[in-house]
Amino acid sequence: MFTFTKVKLAVFGIGRQCVAGRALNGARAACRGFASSSPDDESSTCENELYDIVISGGGMVGTAMACSLGLGAWDHVVNMRCKPYNKMQVWDACSDALITFDKENLQDEMAYIVENDVILASLTKQLQTLSDHVEVQYRTKVVKYTWPRPYHVAESIPWVQVTLANGKTLHTKLLIGADGPNSMVRRESGIPTVQWNYDQSAVVAVLHLSEPTENNVAWQRFLPTGPIAMLPLSDTESSLVWSTSQQHAEELLLLDEESFVDAINSAFWSNENHSELVETAGSLFRTALSVLMPDSGSARQLPPSVSGIGPKSRVMFPLGMGHATEYIRHRVALIGDAAHRVHPLAGQGANLGFGDVACLTQVLSQAAFNGKDLGAMQHLLEYETERQRHNLPMMAAIDLMKRLYSTNAAPMVLLRTLGLQATNALPPLKEQIMAYASK
Amino acid sequence: MTAPFHNRLPRLNLRTVSQTTLDPAEVRKFQAMASKWWDLQGEFAALHSMNDLRVPFIRDNLLNVHGVQQLGKPLAELRILDVGCGGGLLSEPLGRLGADVLGIDPVEDSVRTAEMHSSYDPNLRERVCYQACTLEELAEEEAEGFHAVIASEVVEHLADLDAFASCCRQVLKPGGSLFITTINKTNLSYTLGIVAAEQLLRIVPSGTHDWEKFISPEDLERLLESSGFYVEAIRGMMYNPLTGVWSWQKSTAINYALHAIKRKEEPQPEQTWAESENLDKPGQAPSYS
Repeated sequence: MFTFTKVKLAVFGIGRQCVAGRALNGARAACRGFASSSPDDESSTCENELYDIVISGGGMVGTAMACSLGLGAWDHVVNMRCKPYNKMQVWDACSDALITFDKENLQDEMAYIVENDVILASLTKQLQTLSDHVEVQYRTKVVKYTWPRPYHVAESIPWVQVTLANGKTLHTKLLIGADGPNSMVRRESGIPTVQWNYDQSAVVAVLHLSEPTENNVAWQRFLPTGPIAMLPLSDTESSLVWSTSQQHAEELLLLDEESFVDAINSAFWSNENHSELVETAGSLFRTALSVLMPDSGSARQLPPSVSGIGPKSRVMFPLGMGHATEYIRHRVALIGDAAHRVHPLAGQGANLGFGDVACLTQVLSQAAFNGKDLGAMQHLLEYETERQRHNLPMMAAIDLMKRLYSTNAAPMVLLRTLGLQATNALPPLKEQIMAYASK
Repeated sequence: MTAPFHNRLPRLNLRTVSQTTLDPAEVRKFQAMASKWWDLQGEFAALHSMNDLRVPFIRDNLLNVHGVQQLGKPLAELRILDVGCGGGLLSEPLGRLGADVLGIDPVEDSVRTAEMHSSYDPNLRERVCYQACTLEELAEEEAEGFHAVIASEVVEHLADLDAFASCCRQVLKPGGSLFITTINKTNLSYTLGIVAAEQLLRIVPSGTHDWEKFISPEDLERLLESSGFYVEAIRGMMYNPLTGVWSWQKSTAINYALHAIKRKEEPQPEQTWAESENLDKPGQAPSYS
């Protein structure tokens, strides 16, 4: 495997952001426009400031990209805070249907929950060890991007020019846009986006549990207003992600701590949304399933109750879906939320971004080993094809789930109740789902 | 480490020339050439995509012979001569892999295009130089100067292959590598290489190739063996015009790539190929594994 040496990266970022939501976009850099002048000026600027790769955006995904082009950050994460979980229970507020995911015997870890801050801190620490090859510029904004012509024309600069607010110009062979859902790189390069708002916001907070517990289960309940999820962080703390209507989210933020805690507990525990029709149909179906497949049922467990929240940890951010129709242009690649934005209900947003990082790193390593120009379309197209093939089905599934669970109209509830119960009864199908989400 | 090329050989200093002595008509012509050589969808698209085969072929064979020089720069410390470099399509990737490359081409326009294209990247500026001259002219000054010589898509354009092989031998260090890619002389290569490629599909500009000048791998091997090389590997290549992608194949009936190494002792034409331990039967080289 080809390792990059002397790859100069410049990563722009502001400090890290919120706890359990997606990290918000990093900084943008600004540059005065570069005017072509006499060859001496040109060559001296180029000499000092021609980077192999510039990453715009210092959130989790951008920093991960910088590290992976330099190598290795998981060790730092394990030394900070991360929590493996063995089991996941997801259920409906409008019926008794539930689905659980776990590996056999609850022995192996299914997945890890890691706070964004922790990921970011580890990656930053790793970046410091790579300071020969990776330069990080904090608190810098981009004012302008100038794109190169598609093929070489004499006397024009063939690189991407990044104009920073502090007056510096950077030239790079490849610009990676990791600057979040409102990506300036994507906008400025003219890549069209398919997007819509969900009229929802997610409220996130750190929850203190009433009593310490093994806390190795992730919980998510679909309320008519949106899913509420509790994800383990340690034996005494969990992370809350509550997606709900814009108005409700604002109300939740304004509640005092005690009322907020009550609201959370009630959301997980109350049964006020059940309808008789659906309950009857559901229990009939469950009986039928247990006759056909005796070992397939799951016992319903109740999530731990919450007693308090972490100080100043309550924030909200708007939700929407977005997909860039292209991930790449000549000398440009988009990764993370800049390329695709999803609802947090499946906890996959950042993971899709990390998948982009892994794929792009591999593609760039191979290209470098073949002596290629890093910004060339040929290998960037391979990255785009592979990631779109993986991301689009995931995004469609998440959007579908969101819509399916956004109503308490009886027919939809019945459909999803029976569907969820059926899926729960099919371990091979559940294994496939887990495998896909872990890719 | 010996002095870089531009101190040892007369060469055009493009920057000075392009700024002071060129007239606008010349500059326009360069611009036209530039867009031809380096337009990835243009006339030379097939040559660009051939890099996917020839760069790894050269890189891996040189790594086999010389070992890994430097992590991240597989060809560091190696001096390579790219004969018939054109616009520098092959010289640049080799330069990026760390080699010191000299590209030569008798067509001055091509050399200027190549220089201009590589001038914007400081890494390439250090590593890759160009010279408008022929191999014969160079051979007089550069005895045993190179670790490797590459003649890619060149020998099918030459009149005197024996002289060419002898010049290659002259400029190579003992044990140095010669890499050739060219077209076989078969009915198939006529149908596909000339009729289809030039006249029907226009993958290559019409009149580029003369079938009479094609040479089969067996003949080429015999020629090289009698000029003081032993042929280490021959592989068949194929171009898919629909996808624009080259791939390796067993049959050398159309295109092929060859790697030969300069013998360290003097050549003895009459005895060479009969004695060679590489041969099962005359004209057969071991297949590359």
